[in-house]
Amino acid sequence: MAGASRRKRQPVIGVMAVQGDFREHLDTLDAVGAVGREIRLPADLDGVDGLILPGGESTAMRKLYARWGLVAPVKALATRGAPILGTCAGAILLATKIADGDEPVLSLIDMEVRRNAFGRQLDSFETELKMQSLKASGGPTTLRAVFIRAPEILRVGPAASVVAQLEGGEIVAARQGNVVGISFHPEIAGETRLHRWLVEQAATTRRG
Amino acid sequence: MAKRNAPAKAKVAKSTWATKRGLAQMLKGGVIMDVVTPAEAKVAEEAGAVAVMALERVPSDIRRDGGVARMSDPDMIKGIQAVTSIPVMAKARIGHHVEAQILEALNVDYIDESEVLTPADDRFHINKHEFRVPFVCGCKDLGEALRRISEGAAMMRTKGEAGTGNIVEAVRHIRTVKEQIEALKGQSEKRLRAAAKEMRVPYELVKLTMKAGRLPVVNFVAGGIATPADAALSMWLGADGVFVGSGIFKSKSPAKTAAAIVQATTHWANPAILAEVSAGLGEAMKGIEMRTIPDAERLSSRGW
Repeated sequence: MAGASRRKRQPVIGVMAVQGDFREHLDTLDAVGAVGREIRLPADLDGVDGLILPGGESTAMRKLYARWGLVAPVKALATRGAPILGTCAGAILLATKIADGDEPVLSLIDMEVRRNAFGRQLDSFETELKMQSLKASGGPTTLRAVFIRAPEILRVGPAASVVAQLEGGEIVAARQGNVVGISFHPEIAGETRLHRWLVEQAATTRRG
Repeated sequence: MAKRNAPAKAKVAKSTWATKRGLAQMLKGGVIMDVVTPAEAKVAEEAGAVAVMALERVPSDIRRDGGVARMSDPDMIKGIQAVTSIPVMAKARIGHHVEAQILEALNVDYIDESEVLTPADDRFHINKHEFRVPFVCGCKDLGEALRRISEGAAMMRTKGEAGTGNIVEAVRHIRTVKEQIEALKGQSEKRLRAAAKEMRVPYELVKLTMKAGRLPVVNFVAGGIATPADAALSMWLGADGVFVGSGIFKSKSPAKTAAAIVQATTHWANPAILAEVSAGLGEAMKGIEMRTIPDAERLSSRGW
Protein backbone atom coordinates (compact mmCIF):
# COMPACT_ATOMS: atom_id res chain seq x y z
CA MET A 1 0.00 0.00 0.00
CA ALA A 2 1.18 3.49 -0.81
CA GLY A 3 0.63 4.72 2.75
CA ALA A 4 2.74 1.95 4.20
CA SER A 5 5.65 2.48 1.81
CA ARG A 6 5.78 6.19 2.61
CA ARG A 7 5.96 5.44 6.33
CA LYS A 8 9.45 5.88 7.67
CA ARG A 9 11.08 2.56 8.48
CA GLN A 10 11.87 2.22 12.16
CA PRO A 11 15.52 1.61 13.03
CA VAL A 12 16.37 -2.04 13.65
CA ILE A 13 18.36 -2.72 16.81
CA GLY A 14 20.41 -5.89 16.82
CA VAL A 15 20.98 -7.73 20.09
CA MET A 16 23.92 -10.12 20.13
CA ALA A 17 22.29 -13.46 21.04
CA VAL A 18 25.18 -15.90 21.16
CA GLN A 19 24.77 -16.09 24.94
CA GLY A 20 23.53 -14.00 27.87
CA ASP A 21 20.46 -11.98 28.83
CA PHE A 22 19.54 -10.97 25.28
CA ARG A 23 15.84 -11.63 25.88
CA GLU A 24 15.76 -8.95 28.60
CA HIS A 25 17.28 -6.46 26.15
CA LEU A 26 14.77 -7.44 23.44
CA ASP A 27 11.95 -7.02 25.98
CA THR A 28 13.29 -3.56 26.92
CA LEU A 29 13.45 -2.56 23.24
CA ASP A 30 9.91 -3.80 22.87
CA ALA A 31 8.87 -1.71 25.88
CA VAL A 32 10.19 1.46 24.22
CA GLY A 33 8.48 0.60 20.96
CA ALA A 34 11.61 -0.33 19.02
CA VAL A 35 12.31 -3.23 16.70
CA GLY A 36 14.89 -5.72 18.02
CA ARG A 37 16.61 -8.57 16.23
CA GLU A 38 18.63 -11.52 17.58
CA ILE A 39 22.14 -11.69 16.13
CA ARG A 40 24.02 -14.99 16.07
CA LEU A 41 25.75 -14.90 12.68
CA PRO A 42 27.27 -12.10 10.57
CA ALA A 43 24.39 -12.21 8.06
CA ASP A 44 21.96 -11.29 10.86
CA LEU A 45 23.66 -7.87 11.03
CA ASP A 46 22.50 -6.85 7.54
CA GLY A 47 20.30 -3.74 7.82
CA VAL A 48 20.93 -3.26 11.54
CA ASP A 49 21.10 0.40 12.68
CA GLY A 50 22.24 -0.04 16.27
CA LEU A 51 23.54 -2.86 18.42
CA ILE A 52 23.37 -4.12 22.01
CA LEU A 53 25.94 -6.47 23.52
CA PRO A 54 24.14 -8.08 26.49
CA GLY A 55 25.39 -9.34 29.83
CA GLY A 56 26.61 -12.89 30.20
CA GLU A 57 29.96 -14.64 30.33
CA SER A 58 32.53 -12.82 28.24
CA THR A 59 34.78 -15.90 28.02
CA ALA A 60 31.98 -17.84 26.35
CA MET A 61 30.97 -14.91 24.12
CA ARG A 62 34.49 -14.27 22.83
CA LYS A 63 34.72 -17.88 21.65
CA LEU A 64 31.37 -17.72 19.89
CA TYR A 65 32.26 -14.38 18.26
CA ALA A 66 35.58 -15.79 17.01
CA ARG A 67 34.12 -19.06 15.77
CA TRP A 68 31.49 -17.39 13.56
CA GLY A 69 33.41 -14.32 12.41
CA LEU A 70 31.36 -11.73 14.30
CA VAL A 71 34.22 -9.41 15.32
CA ALA A 72 34.87 -7.74 11.95
CA PRO A 73 31.23 -6.98 11.04
CA VAL A 74 30.51 -5.51 14.49
CA LYS A 75 33.57 -3.28 14.18
CA ALA A 76 32.43 -2.24 10.70
CA LEU A 77 29.04 -1.29 12.13
CA ALA A 78 30.76 0.98 14.68
CA THR A 79 32.87 2.54 11.93
CA ARG A 80 29.68 3.47 10.08
CA GLY A 81 28.61 5.39 13.20
CA ALA A 82 25.91 3.03 14.43
CA PRO A 83 25.39 3.33 18.21
CA ILE A 84 26.47 0.36 20.31
CA LEU A 85 25.65 -0.33 23.96
CA GLY A 86 27.56 -3.02 25.87
CA THR A 87 26.32 -4.08 29.32
CA CYS A 88 28.64 -5.91 31.74
CA ALA A 89 30.18 -8.70 29.63
CA GLY A 90 29.34 -6.54 26.61
CA ALA A 91 31.49 -3.73 28.03
CA ILE A 92 34.39 -6.17 28.46
CA LEU A 93 34.14 -7.07 24.77
CA LEU A 94 34.26 -3.37 23.84
CA ALA A 95 37.45 -2.53 25.78
CA THR A 96 40.86 -2.03 24.19
CA LYS A 97 42.53 -3.70 27.17
CA ILE A 98 41.50 -6.40 29.63
CA ALA A 99 43.50 -6.62 32.86
CA ASP A 100 45.22 -9.89 33.78
CA GLY A 101 45.94 -11.33 30.41
CA ASP A 102 42.88 -11.81 28.19
CA GLU A 103 43.18 -10.47 24.64
CA PRO A 104 40.77 -7.64 23.76
CA VAL A 105 37.87 -8.58 21.45
CA LEU A 106 36.31 -5.56 19.70
CA SER A 107 38.60 -2.74 20.93
CA LEU A 108 35.98 -0.05 20.34
CA ILE A 109 36.39 1.96 23.57
CA ASP A 110 39.79 3.22 24.70
CA MET A 111 39.63 1.76 28.21
CA GLU A 112 41.06 -0.96 30.41
CA VAL A 113 38.61 -3.21 32.28
CA ARG A 114 39.00 -5.81 34.99
CA ARG A 115 36.60 -8.77 34.98
CA ASN A 116 34.84 -9.67 38.27
CA ALA A 117 36.48 -6.62 39.84
CA PHE A 118 34.02 -6.42 42.75
CA GLY A 119 34.34 -10.12 43.65
CA ARG A 120 32.21 -13.23 43.28
CA GLN A 121 28.42 -13.46 43.38
CA LEU A 122 28.12 -12.64 47.11
CA ASP A 123 29.54 -9.20 46.26
CA SER A 124 27.05 -8.53 43.47
CA PHE A 125 25.04 -5.44 44.41
CA GLU A 126 22.51 -2.82 43.42
CA THR A 127 22.55 0.89 44.08
CA GLU A 128 21.40 4.29 42.86
CA LEU A 129 23.95 5.56 40.36
CA LYS A 130 24.55 9.08 39.10
CA MET A 131 25.26 8.97 35.41
CA GLN A 132 26.00 11.64 32.83
CA SER A 133 23.17 11.71 30.29
CA LEU A 134 24.23 10.22 26.95
CA LYS A 135 22.41 13.01 25.12
CA ALA A 136 24.59 16.00 24.19
CA SER A 137 22.14 18.35 25.89
CA GLY A 138 21.55 16.29 29.03
CA GLY A 139 22.98 16.67 32.51
CA PRO A 140 23.45 14.03 35.20
CA THR A 141 20.63 11.58 35.91
CA THR A 142 20.15 8.95 38.59
CA LEU A 143 19.29 5.38 37.80
CA ARG A 144 18.91 2.03 39.53
CA ALA A 145 21.96 -0.03 38.67
CA VAL A 146 22.38 -3.77 39.27
CA PHE A 147 25.97 -5.06 39.23
CA ILE A 148 26.45 -8.82 38.86
CA ARG A 149 29.99 -10.18 39.16
CA ALA A 150 30.62 -6.88 37.44
CA PRO A 151 33.70 -5.55 35.66
CA GLU A 152 35.30 -2.25 36.64
CA ILE A 153 36.73 0.24 34.17
CA LEU A 154 40.21 0.80 35.57
CA ARG A 155 41.28 3.56 33.24
CA VAL A 156 39.89 5.53 30.32
CA GLY A 157 42.22 6.62 27.53
CA PRO A 158 42.23 9.98 25.69
CA ALA A 159 39.81 8.84 22.98
CA ALA A 160 37.11 7.91 25.52
CA SER A 161 35.32 9.63 28.40
CA VAL A 162 33.92 8.63 31.78
CA VAL A 163 30.13 8.57 32.00
CA ALA A 164 29.52 7.21 35.51
CA GLN A 165 31.45 6.47 38.69
CA LEU A 166 30.45 4.89 41.98
CA GLU A 167 30.84 7.00 45.10
CA GLY A 168 34.12 5.23 45.77
CA GLY A 169 35.41 6.55 42.44
CA GLU A 170 35.26 3.28 40.50
CA ILE A 171 34.45 3.96 36.84
CA VAL A 172 31.41 1.93 35.74
CA ALA A 173 30.45 3.59 32.44
CA ALA A 174 32.47 5.05 29.58
CA ARG A 175 31.90 6.05 25.98
CA GLN A 176 33.82 6.68 22.81
CA GLY A 177 31.56 8.54 20.40
CA ASN A 178 28.48 6.41 19.83
CA VAL A 179 29.89 3.36 21.59
CA VAL A 180 28.96 3.04 25.27
CA GLY A 181 30.14 0.43 27.77
CA ILE A 182 28.57 0.04 31.21
CA SER A 183 29.35 -2.39 34.06
CA PHE A 184 25.72 -2.83 35.13
CA HIS A 185 22.35 -4.03 33.85
CA PRO A 186 19.59 -1.50 33.05
CA GLU A 187 17.76 -4.32 31.24
CA ILE A 188 16.96 -6.21 34.47
CA ALA A 189 16.12 -3.09 36.51
CA GLY A 190 13.24 -1.74 34.42
CA GLU A 191 15.50 1.10 33.28
CA THR A 192 14.73 2.16 29.70
CA ARG A 193 16.57 5.47 29.21
CA LEU A 194 19.75 4.00 27.76
CA HIS A 195 17.75 1.93 25.29
CA ARG A 196 15.78 5.02 24.28
CA TRP A 197 19.01 6.87 23.63
CA LEU A 198 20.29 4.00 21.50
CA VAL A 199 17.11 3.89 19.41
CA GLU A 200 17.11 7.68 18.87
CA GLN A 201 20.77 7.60 17.91
CA ALA A 202 20.14 4.72 15.51
CA ALA A 203 17.36 6.69 13.84
CA THR A 204 19.70 9.67 13.39
CA THR A 205 22.53 7.61 11.98
CA ARG A 206 20.12 5.92 9.63
CA ARG A 207 18.84 9.22 8.26
CA GLY A 208 22.35 10.64 8.03
CA MET B 1 25.11 26.27 64.38
CA ALA B 2 23.77 24.88 61.18
CA LYS B 3 25.46 21.68 60.30
CA ARG B 4 26.61 21.39 56.70
CA ASN B 5 24.80 18.54 54.98
CA ALA B 6 27.05 15.74 53.86
CA PRO B 7 26.15 14.46 50.39
CA ALA B 8 23.66 11.60 50.68
CA LYS B 9 25.38 8.25 50.41
CA ALA B 10 23.77 5.92 47.91
CA LYS B 11 22.69 2.72 49.63
CA VAL B 12 24.43 -0.39 48.37
CA ALA B 13 22.37 -3.58 48.70
CA LYS B 14 23.84 -7.07 48.23
CA SER B 15 22.17 -10.47 47.84
CA THR B 16 18.90 -8.91 46.66
CA TRP B 17 16.39 -10.84 44.57
CA ALA B 18 17.61 -8.88 41.51
CA THR B 19 21.23 -9.94 42.01
CA LYS B 20 20.33 -13.55 42.85
CA ARG B 21 17.96 -14.04 39.95
CA GLY B 22 20.16 -11.81 37.79
CA LEU B 23 23.18 -14.09 37.75
CA ALA B 24 21.00 -16.88 36.35
CA GLN B 25 19.72 -14.46 33.71
CA MET B 26 23.32 -13.85 32.62
CA LEU B 27 23.93 -17.60 32.23
CA LYS B 28 21.12 -18.02 29.70
CA GLY B 29 21.86 -19.46 26.32
CA GLY B 30 24.83 -21.17 27.90
CA VAL B 31 26.10 -24.50 29.16
CA ILE B 32 26.92 -25.30 32.80
CA MET B 33 29.30 -28.25 33.02
CA ASP B 34 29.97 -30.73 35.83
CA VAL B 35 33.70 -30.89 36.63
CA VAL B 36 35.55 -32.96 39.22
CA THR B 37 39.09 -31.50 38.91
CA PRO B 38 40.71 -28.12 38.20
CA ALA B 39 41.96 -29.56 34.88
CA GLU B 40 38.39 -30.35 33.83
CA ALA B 41 37.31 -26.85 34.88
CA LYS B 42 39.92 -25.42 32.49
CA VAL B 43 38.63 -27.66 29.68
CA ALA B 44 35.09 -26.44 30.39
CA GLU B 45 36.07 -22.76 30.40
CA GLU B 46 38.13 -23.22 27.23
CA ALA B 47 35.11 -24.82 25.53
CA GLY B 48 32.93 -21.81 26.38
CA ALA B 49 31.02 -23.02 29.46
CA VAL B 50 29.20 -20.18 31.27
CA ALA B 51 29.73 -21.81 34.68
CA VAL B 52 31.02 -25.02 36.21
CA MET B 53 29.46 -27.29 38.82
CA ALA B 54 32.23 -28.47 41.14
CA LEU B 55 31.60 -31.95 42.50
CA GLU B 56 33.53 -35.06 43.53
CA ARG B 57 31.88 -37.55 41.24
CA VAL B 58 29.74 -37.01 38.15
CA PRO B 59 26.21 -38.45 38.46
CA SER B 60 26.96 -41.56 36.39
CA ASP B 61 29.73 -42.49 38.85
CA ILE B 62 27.49 -41.74 41.84
CA ARG B 63 24.92 -44.04 40.28
CA ARG B 64 27.53 -46.76 39.73
CA ASP B 65 29.15 -46.48 43.17
CA GLY B 66 25.97 -46.35 45.25
CA GLY B 67 26.22 -45.41 48.92
CA VAL B 68 25.55 -41.93 50.31
CA ALA B 69 26.56 -39.01 48.08
CA ARG B 70 27.38 -35.80 49.96
CA MET B 71 28.70 -32.27 49.45
CA SER B 72 32.21 -32.19 47.96
CA ASP B 73 35.42 -31.62 49.92
CA PRO B 74 35.93 -27.84 50.34
CA ASP B 75 39.54 -28.20 49.15
CA MET B 76 38.30 -29.62 45.88
CA ILE B 77 35.88 -26.69 45.40
CA LYS B 78 38.60 -24.16 46.28
CA GLY B 79 40.97 -25.81 43.80
CA ILE B 80 38.42 -25.28 41.03
CA GLN B 81 37.67 -21.68 42.11
CA ALA B 82 41.40 -20.98 41.93
CA VAL B 83 41.81 -21.90 38.26
CA THR B 84 38.69 -20.50 36.63
CA SER B 85 37.22 -17.01 36.21
CA ILE B 86 33.69 -18.20 35.39
CA PRO B 87 31.06 -18.81 38.11
CA VAL B 88 31.54 -21.90 40.26
CA MET B 89 28.46 -23.72 41.56
CA ALA B 90 28.42 -26.58 44.07
CA LYS B 91 25.84 -29.08 45.31
CA ALA B 92 24.32 -29.47 48.76
CA ARG B 93 22.04 -32.35 49.76
CA ILE B 94 18.29 -31.66 49.77
CA GLY B 95 17.43 -30.13 53.16
CA HIS B 96 21.03 -29.95 54.34
CA HIS B 97 21.11 -26.46 55.81
CA VAL B 98 24.67 -26.83 57.10
CA GLU B 99 26.20 -28.06 53.85
CA ALA B 100 24.66 -24.96 52.29
CA GLN B 101 26.17 -22.77 55.01
CA ILE B 102 29.57 -24.30 54.31
CA LEU B 103 29.22 -23.68 50.58
CA GLU B 104 28.20 -20.08 51.25
CA ALA B 105 31.27 -19.68 53.49
CA LEU B 106 33.35 -20.98 50.54
CA ASN B 107 31.94 -18.10 48.47
CA VAL B 108 30.53 -20.30 45.71
CA ASP B 109 28.47 -18.40 43.15
CA TYR B 110 25.37 -20.63 43.27
CA ILE B 111 24.27 -23.62 45.36
CA ASP B 112 22.48 -26.51 43.69
CA GLU B 113 20.18 -28.18 46.23
CA SER B 114 20.40 -31.40 44.32
CA GLU B 115 18.65 -34.74 44.13
CA VAL B 116 21.86 -36.15 42.64
CA LEU B 117 23.16 -36.22 46.23
CA THR B 118 21.44 -38.32 48.89
CA PRO B 119 18.69 -36.24 50.57
CA ALA B 120 19.38 -35.20 54.16
CA ASP B 121 15.83 -34.29 55.16
CA ASP B 122 12.71 -36.20 54.16
CA ARG B 123 10.36 -33.36 55.11
CA PHE B 124 11.92 -30.00 54.35
CA HIS B 125 13.98 -28.49 51.60
CA ILE B 126 16.45 -25.79 52.61
CA ASN B 127 14.86 -22.45 53.50
CA LYS B 128 16.76 -20.60 50.81
CA HIS B 129 15.52 -17.15 51.86
CA GLU B 130 17.88 -17.38 54.83
CA PHE B 131 20.95 -17.40 52.60
CA ARG B 132 22.87 -14.65 50.88
CA VAL B 133 24.04 -16.99 48.11
CA PRO B 134 21.48 -17.87 45.40
CA PHE B 135 20.12 -21.41 44.88
CA VAL B 136 19.15 -23.51 41.89
CA CYS B 137 16.78 -26.46 42.47
CA GLY B 138 15.39 -29.32 40.42
CA CYS B 139 11.78 -29.89 39.37
CA LYS B 140 9.71 -32.39 37.44
CA ASP B 141 6.56 -30.31 37.20
CA LEU B 142 5.18 -26.84 37.81
CA GLY B 143 4.11 -27.43 41.42
CA GLU B 144 7.58 -28.58 42.39
CA ALA B 145 9.14 -25.59 40.62
CA LEU B 146 6.86 -23.08 42.34
CA ARG B 147 7.35 -24.70 45.77
CA ARG B 148 11.13 -24.32 45.38
CA ILE B 149 10.75 -20.73 44.17
CA SER B 150 8.53 -19.88 47.14
CA GLU B 151 11.29 -21.33 49.36
CA GLY B 152 13.69 -18.85 47.74
CA ALA B 153 15.21 -20.65 44.73
CA ALA B 154 16.41 -18.02 42.21
CA MET B 155 16.88 -20.47 39.33
CA MET B 156 15.32 -23.80 38.36
CA ARG B 157 16.39 -26.78 36.34
CA THR B 158 14.15 -29.56 35.18
CA LYS B 159 15.61 -32.74 36.67
CA GLY B 160 15.68 -35.27 33.91
CA GLU B 161 17.44 -38.43 35.10
CA ALA B 162 21.04 -37.54 35.93
CA GLY B 163 23.89 -39.83 34.96
CA THR B 164 21.96 -41.78 32.34
CA GLY B 165 22.96 -40.04 29.12
CA ASN B 166 19.31 -40.54 28.21
CA ILE B 167 17.35 -37.39 27.37
CA VAL B 168 13.85 -38.87 27.66
CA GLU B 169 13.14 -37.84 31.27
CA ALA B 170 14.53 -34.34 30.68
CA VAL B 171 12.15 -33.94 27.76
CA ARG B 172 9.24 -35.22 29.83
CA HIS B 173 9.95 -32.78 32.65
CA ILE B 174 10.30 -29.62 30.57
CA ARG B 175 7.24 -30.56 28.55
CA THR B 176 5.27 -31.10 31.74
CA VAL B 177 6.24 -27.70 33.15
CA LYS B 178 5.37 -26.01 29.87
CA GLU B 179 2.02 -27.76 29.50
CA GLN B 180 1.06 -26.93 33.07
CA ILE B 181 1.89 -23.24 32.56
CA GLU B 182 -0.09 -23.32 29.32
CA ALA B 183 -3.06 -24.78 31.21
CA LEU B 184 -3.13 -21.76 33.56
CA LYS B 185 -3.74 -19.37 30.71
CA GLY B 186 -7.07 -17.56 30.79
CA GLN B 187 -8.23 -19.33 33.97
CA SER B 188 -10.50 -17.51 36.39
CA GLU B 189 -9.18 -16.34 39.75
CA LYS B 190 -11.15 -19.12 41.40
CA ARG B 191 -9.44 -21.76 39.26
CA LEU B 192 -6.01 -20.22 39.82
CA ARG B 193 -6.60 -20.22 43.58
CA ALA B 194 -7.58 -23.88 43.40
CA ALA B 195 -4.44 -24.64 41.40
CA ALA B 196 -2.34 -22.77 43.98
CA LYS B 197 -3.91 -24.76 46.77
CA GLU B 198 -3.34 -28.03 44.96
CA MET B 199 0.31 -27.15 44.28
CA ARG B 200 0.70 -25.84 47.87
CA VAL B 201 2.12 -22.50 46.71
CA PRO B 202 1.03 -18.84 47.11
CA TYR B 203 -1.69 -17.69 44.73
CA GLU B 204 0.39 -14.63 43.74
CA LEU B 205 3.16 -16.89 42.43
CA VAL B 206 0.68 -18.83 40.27
CA LYS B 207 -0.78 -15.59 38.95
CA LEU B 208 2.68 -14.24 38.15
CA THR B 209 3.55 -17.43 36.26
CA MET B 210 0.29 -17.37 34.34
CA LYS B 211 0.81 -13.73 33.32
CA ALA B 212 4.43 -14.24 32.23
CA GLY B 213 3.65 -17.49 30.46
CA ARG B 214 6.83 -18.94 31.91
CA LEU B 215 8.48 -19.62 35.26
CA PRO B 216 9.32 -16.44 37.19
CA VAL B 217 13.00 -17.46 37.28
CA VAL B 218 15.41 -18.79 34.67
CA ASN B 219 14.90 -22.49 33.89
CA PHE B 220 17.63 -24.76 32.51
CA VAL B 221 17.28 -28.36 31.38
CA ALA B 222 19.39 -31.02 33.08
CA GLY B 223 19.68 -34.78 33.45
CA GLY B 224 20.59 -36.81 30.40
CA ILE B 225 22.12 -34.43 27.85
CA ALA B 226 24.89 -36.34 26.05
CA THR B 227 25.16 -34.80 22.55
CA PRO B 228 24.95 -31.40 20.84
CA ALA B 229 21.59 -32.49 19.42
CA ASP B 230 20.30 -33.20 22.95
CA ALA B 231 21.28 -29.67 24.01
CA ALA B 232 19.58 -28.18 20.94
CA LEU B 233 16.45 -30.26 21.60
CA SER B 234 16.31 -28.84 25.13
CA MET B 235 16.55 -25.29 23.75
CA TRP B 236 13.89 -26.06 21.14
CA LEU B 237 11.60 -27.16 23.97
CA GLY B 238 12.05 -23.77 25.62
CA ALA B 239 15.00 -24.24 27.98
CA ASP B 240 16.93 -21.09 28.91
CA GLY B 241 20.18 -23.10 28.85
CA VAL B 242 21.53 -26.54 29.75
CA PHE B 243 23.39 -28.38 32.48
CA VAL B 244 25.63 -31.18 31.23
CA GLY B 245 26.92 -33.64 33.80
CA SER B 246 28.37 -36.96 32.80
CA GLY B 247 27.80 -36.27 29.09
CA ILE B 248 31.06 -34.40 28.61
CA PHE B 249 33.75 -36.08 30.64
CA LYS B 250 32.33 -39.57 30.03
CA SER B 251 32.56 -39.08 26.25
CA LYS B 252 35.45 -40.13 23.99
CA SER B 253 36.67 -36.57 23.40
CA PRO B 254 35.55 -34.27 26.24
CA ALA B 255 37.07 -30.98 24.97
CA LYS B 256 35.53 -31.41 21.53
CA THR B 257 32.19 -32.57 22.88
CA ALA B 258 32.07 -29.67 25.34
CA ALA B 259 32.76 -27.09 22.63
CA ALA B 260 30.23 -28.71 20.30
CA ILE B 261 27.51 -28.62 22.99
CA VAL B 262 28.24 -24.91 23.57
CA GLN B 263 27.87 -24.20 19.84
CA ALA B 264 24.68 -26.27 19.65
CA THR B 265 23.12 -24.38 22.59
CA THR B 266 23.65 -21.05 20.80
CA HIS B 267 22.73 -22.27 17.32
CA TRP B 268 19.97 -24.68 18.37
CA ALA B 269 17.68 -23.43 15.60
CA ASN B 270 20.25 -23.85 12.81
CA PRO B 271 20.40 -27.50 11.63
CA ALA B 272 23.32 -26.86 9.25
CA ILE B 273 25.49 -25.68 12.12
CA LEU B 274 24.25 -28.54 14.31
CA ALA B 275 25.32 -31.00 11.59
CA GLU B 276 28.74 -29.38 11.44
CA VAL B 277 29.40 -29.39 15.18
CA SER B 278 28.00 -32.89 15.69
CA ALA B 279 30.47 -34.45 13.24
CA GLY B 280 33.46 -36.50 14.33
CA LEU B 281 32.98 -36.35 18.09
CA GLY B 282 33.59 -40.06 18.59
CA GLU B 283 31.55 -42.13 20.96
CA ALA B 284 29.16 -40.32 23.32
CA MET B 285 28.69 -41.68 26.84
CA LYS B 286 27.11 -45.12 26.68
CA GLY B 287 23.88 -44.27 28.45
CA ILE B 288 21.18 -46.27 30.21
CA GLU B 289 17.73 -47.31 29.05
CA MET B 290 15.09 -46.11 31.55
CA ARG B 291 13.32 -49.47 31.93
CA THR B 292 16.52 -50.94 33.37
CA ILE B 293 16.54 -48.46 36.28
CA PRO B 294 14.41 -49.61 39.23
CA ASP B 295 12.15 -46.91 40.68
CA ALA B 296 14.15 -46.85 43.91
CA GLU B 297 17.25 -45.84 41.97
CA ARG B 298 15.63 -42.94 40.11
CA LEU B 299 17.24 -39.74 41.31
CA SER B 300 14.44 -37.56 39.95
CA SER B 301 11.99 -39.03 42.48
CA ARG B 302 13.99 -37.40 45.31
CA GLY B 303 12.48 -34.11 46.43
CA TRP B 304 8.80 -33.22 46.25
